[in-house]
Amino acid sequence: MSIRPKMPQQAPEGRITNFDEVALGYTEEQAILEAERCLECKNPKCVEGCPVNIDIPGFISKIKEGDFQEAITIIKATNTLPAVCGRVCPQEEQCEKLCILGNKSEPIAIGRLERICADREREVGVKDPVVAPSTGKTVAIVGSGPAGLTAASDLAKVGHSVTIFEALHEAGGVLIYGIPEFRLPKAIVKEEVDYIRKLGADIKMDYVIGRILTLDQLTDRFDAVFLGTGAGLPKFMGIEGENLNGVYSANEFLTRVNLMKAYNNSFDTPIKRASNVIVVGGGNVAMDAARSALRLGADEVSIVYRRSDEELPARREEIEHAKEEGIVFRLLTNPVRIIEGENMSVNGVECVRMELGEPDESGRRRPEVVEGSEHIVDADIVIMAIGTSPNPIIFDGSKGLEVTPWGTIVVDEAGMSSIEGVCAGGDAVTGAATVISAMGAGKLAADTINKYLSK
Amino acid sequence: MAYKIIEKRQLVPDVHLMNIQAPDVAAAAKAGQFIILRIDEAGERIPLTIADYNADEGSVTIIFQEMGKTTKQLAKMSAGEELLDFVGPLGKESEIEKLGTVVLVGGGVGIAPIYPQAKEYRAAGNKVISIIGARNKDMLILEAEMIAASDEVLVATDDGSKGHHGFVTDLVKQLLDGEEHIDRIVAIGPPIMMRAVADVTGPYDVETLVSLNPIMVDGTGMCGGCRVNVGGEVKFACVDGPEFNAKDVDFNLLMSRLSFYRKEEADAITKSQKGCGDDCKCQ
Ligand SMILES: Cc1cc2nc3c(=O)[nH]c(=O)nc-3n(C[C@H](O)[C@H](O)[C@H](O)COP(=O)(O)OP(=O)(O)OC[C@H]3O[C@@H](n4cnc5c(N)ncnc54)[C@H](O)[C@@H]3O)c2cc1C
Ligand SMILES: Cc1cc2nc3c(=O)[nH]c(=O)nc-3n(C[C@H](O)[C@H](O)[C@H](O)COP(=O)(O)OP(=O)(O)OC[C@H]3O[C@@H](n4cnc5c(N)ncnc54)[C@H](O)[C@@H]3O)c2cc1C
Ligand code: SF4
Ligand code: FES
Repeated sequence: MSIRPKMPQQAPEGRITNFDEVALGYTEEQAILEAERCLECKNPKCVEGCPVNIDIPGFISKIKEGDFQEAITIIKATNTLPAVCGRVCPQEEQCEKLCILGNKSEPIAIGRLERICADREREVGVKDPVVAPSTGKTVAIVGSGPAGLTAASDLAKVGHSVTIFEALHEAGGVLIYGIPEFRLPKAIVKEEVDYIRKLGADIKMDYVIGRILTLDQLTDRFDAVFLGTGAGLPKFMGIEGENLNGVYSANEFLTRVNLMKAYNNSFDTPIKRASNVIVVGGGNVAMDAARSALRLGADEVSIVYRRSDEELPARREEIEHAKEEGIVFRLLTNPVRIIEGENMSVNGVECVRMELGEPDESGRRRPEVVEGSEHIVDADIVIMAIGTSPNPIIFDGSKGLEVTPWGTIVVDEAGMSSIEGVCAGGDAVTGAATVISAMGAGKLAADTINKYLSK
Repeated sequence: MAYKIIEKRQLVPDVHLMNIQAPDVAAAAKAGQFIILRIDEAGERIPLTIADYNADEGSVTIIFQEMGKTTKQLAKMSAGEELLDFVGPLGKESEIEKLGTVVLVGGGVGIAPIYPQAKEYRAAGNKVISIIGARNKDMLILEAEMIAASDEVLVATDDGSKGHHGFVTDLVKQLLDGEEHIDRIVAIGPPIMMRAVADVTGPYDVETLVSLNPIMVDGTGMCGGCRVNVGGEVKFACVDGPEFNAKDVDFNLLMSRLSFYRKEEADAITKSQKGCGDDCKCQ
């Protein structure tokens, strides 16, 4: 039995036919009820679990008083994108994991409380920001994902002149092109981006650094630079049949659906509507691709993942939502070959069963193939969601930028790269990670750039 | 930011030229690169090669053939109107250096991307022989421009209404069998033509480059939709190309992937011709 108030949500039967948001958010009564459970610990563990150290008991105590306005002010002191984080952060791995109440019963639903504060604020209208007088210093931000937006916001607030360069035609990075509407409405992302414009930041869309201008040119023209270029380069498995028609990277599938709105008939970008879809992988990206495919009308969508349920890296809530919606989980299963049908199309996937052996370097038990377990799963679309590496275009014309063999940018503890005055952060530095860690890196870099510019 | 159409004219039936105001793109553009445009909010992102650019005027020239929904819609636009997005320059620039004699082969609308290359190869000190082809003389584009940019121009038409009666590949073979030493061949046109050129030059020891045109979405290496097989390796045409060594390209894969959305594309055309509204279910 759950102690937390139940999250109002769209019923599974209905929601699989639309792209509207699934979780509808707590009511004020529910939020206050849940806030009442908080012990307001002297030494709050939850705050340690939060990558940007939000004053969690502080904002929760304001909710108890029904003062959502003051609650959001406390949150925004450290978190620039609460409406986003309240929806997509893996709270069960962070703040909620450490909440003291979790030892005996259920931790406080911190994410849901964060979300309602941000949503209430948007309903009443966000106050226009106060910006410090101009410092006369210029900063270029490459990439408008959570890392770039956070850095831009912190730097613009203190009066630097900020220009964001974004390769795509909309700002937001993965928040716009990757995470689907039913999990993170795009209107929210747009509002966050507008807020950053109000801070005075100039956002140049359709602007690819490494092509129109190189990093070397940016360092000549700006006093400092932040690289938040993300990790969007899709990986493939290298198995037979992977170039067949009907094999998508999750990024292509999700970009067509989210950025290009292929689910909406009045938009021009095509997407294949299939009967049987296989998504390979077990992270958030895999869940998003699978649930999007289902909403596009597939008869059966399965997740094929080589480890077991316990190891699925996606947020628990997304896994539960996917199961409620009827996504089939083929666990301990791995594809070995995609079978070719007519006109080089997909006609099924040959898979093997796996079992978990001894733990590997990462501490997770290593999946091993079960001999003779080959079997064929029906499929006409296969979506590869097995990871991404850093976007490489930025490296064209970037003398002296140190990069690891995996393509991630090397930075010191302060977020400074091997080029003085050039900071980097987010997925471009860590490889694919989380929204909040990208934001944390953007914050740190803004602080470093600020110090560098005041020298 | 919107991108204004400065000039628009029809070159031959179904093929149009547009000059677009895009100063930042014009300043950085090089031969061999392309742009991706989006007409309006509901529009698709489509890639088109940079056919010419003028950094002083801040303009970029594109030449496109009416194929489906987006190119037909683009063809209806006129000077003064604006495109919502115009991203570029994308892809790697052609590696243009002094080699000696370079043969440039352009088929149909593929003559457009050949044109800036002719100018740059010649500026680099090469002798440029261009072979341009079309279905018939009325479909041949940029002939005067190519004559001005090349040392020699050979024409082929499928019906013999101008120049050689037959395919551009016949002329390529004649050159290869002739006296003159050829240092490089660059062929751009429909995949079937590029494959034919690769087949012809295969037995000869001559470097042959083609510019691949798979379906693209972002053009920045982020989706992998544009993947092609070159020499047994998977490449993303938008960042690793679009130019590749012709002899290594798997053209069958390219052609089959280009036809993946044929049904959706046909539906889009019917729908826009019928003028159906947003919620139309007539498909
Ligand atoms: C489908 C999906 C679902 C996810 N779900 C979750 C979730 O539920 N919770 C969570 O915490 N995390 C989730 N993540 C991960 C999270 O979204 C990322 O970790 C985060 O967005 C990284 O932020 P970033 O700012 O570093 O990069 P990104 O968000 O990737 O943004 C980088 C931006 O830089 C631009 N860019 C790149 N190169 C250039 C260039 N040369 N010039 C100009 N612009 C450039 C890109 O176009 C992009 O817009 C998910 C990721 C995906 C793909
Ligand atoms: C690097 C590159 C450079 C190109 N340069 C030129 C050029 O200079 N002039 C020119 O006329 N055409 C060029 N093309 C082809 C052009 O992009 C397509 O003709 C156009 O996208 C068709 O769109 P549509 O909606 O009018 O037609 P559709 O009916 O949607 O498609 C017609 C055919 O065009 C191809 N196509 C469709 N969508 C795309 C897409 N997003 N990307 C690539 N191909 C697609 C498919 O093979 C399809 O069957 C280029 C393509 C690439 C990849
Ligand atoms: S650990 Fe749990 S109970 Fe303690 S302050 Fe944080 S949310 Fe409240
Ligand atoms: S078009 Fe997306 S990776 Fe090339």
